[in-house]
Amino acid sequence: MITENENSPLELAVLAGRILLSNGAEIFRVQETMERIAASYHMDSFHVYAISNGIFACGTENGIPHTAEIRHVPLAPVHLGRVAAVNQISREIAEGKHTIPEAFALLKEIEKLPFTSGRIQILATGMGSACFCYLFGGSPVDCVVSFFSGLLVCIFLLLAGKKKLSKIMTTILASALAAFCGLVLYHAGIGHNMDRIIIGSIIPLVPGVPLTNSIRDFFNGDYISGTIRLIDTLLIATCIALGVGFILKAASMMGIAVGVPL
Amino acid sequence: MISPADFVLQGIVAFFATVSFAILFHVPQKQYFWSGLTGSLGWLCYLAVNQSSSSVVMASFAATLLLTALSRYFAVWRKTPITIFLICGIFPLVPGAGIYYTAYYFIMGDNTMAGIKGAETLKIAAAITLGIVIILSLPYRLFHLLSPKSSK
Repeated sequence: MITENENSPLELAVLAGRILLSNGAEIFRVQETMERIAASYHMDSFHVYAISNGIFACGTENGIPHTAEIRHVPLAPVHLGRVAAVNQISREIAEGKHTIPEAFALLKEIEKLPFTSGRIQILATGMGSACFCYLFGGSPVDCVVSFFSGLLVCIFLLLAGKKKLSKIMTTILASALAAFCGLVLYHAGIGHNMDRIIIGSIIPLVPGVPLTNSIRDFFNGDYISGTIRLIDTLLIATCIALGVGFILKAASMMGIAVGVPL
Repeated sequence: MISPADFVLQGIVAFFATVSFAILFHVPQKQYFWSGLTGSLGWLCYLAVNQSSSSVVMASFAATLLLTALSRYFAVWRKTPITIFLICGIFPLVPGAGIYYTAYYFIMGDNTMAGIKGAETLKIAAAITLGIVIILSLPYRLFHLLSPKSSK
């Protein structure tokens, strides 16, 4: 946006929509929230069209037509706290609790809601990997190994995010790292099931968010966004398979046993 | 066979697994418990159905039905987008193991097993899709009536 008019309901709606879209909300919610905000401030007319990486909105304020177009960064990490917060604000707006400048200030605050610190993210990933390793039949020792390779994967993801590495390369390298850790530690005599250790540590990479959002977009009839997210899902899954497969193939070509799954 | 003690333990571990994803996706702290519960009950449903029908696909379908219904219920009750419970709770069911085994057999040149595992992975994804779509099609009022604070 070039200009920001603190009194424009159109820009308020677009800001809310942008926060929702870039933090992992589905298209239906983006459009509905924007329409609700526009209706609450009695805009003469308002139309919005959103797809998974852009919002197009136009509306009439005081008899003057305005248009707004937003493109968001498609690689933004998911922050469901912001989605919940915008949802709360839009409820309050619908109840008539906020003036437009107030709502603007609140949304700006939401946009700045911090990400969890790197250290906690790393620990959470480790915990997730260990838990999933157990759920898929790993022994307690496997879980400990999975915990540490999960930590490494998360550290790598954070570094890759800082270096702005492409998503495809990040996923391939991260899953290769997970497989490498599993392989090395297994052959160092720590851990019983190499496959379960690796499955545990690739879980943070698995495309659960795009899969769920894709299903929901299709369900709401937003086929373009659903397709984009479905491609995202398949691409990530293929990248994981490539990364893991590369390491396992390399190991087996060097004559290292890569275990029999199941 | 899974013993009752194992069953409880699986539920607890699934709870923490889901909560760790809730942390990663920056879910508000007061919703941690409920998203964890969604994931945990979903996983227990998966185990129970997998045990009685020994079909991973059916188990994924049944578990998705349960956890999507729970997510919708919590969403209405706690006035929060359903995404918060659904995305975290679905993680134990997303076929990460399927992706791994498909890649493994494919790379090892066992194309038959790779095909079987690949098809199974796609079937699980389809089962999850069907489960979510069925529950999302239910009328909003159903969850509104069930909610303890339905007066508002």
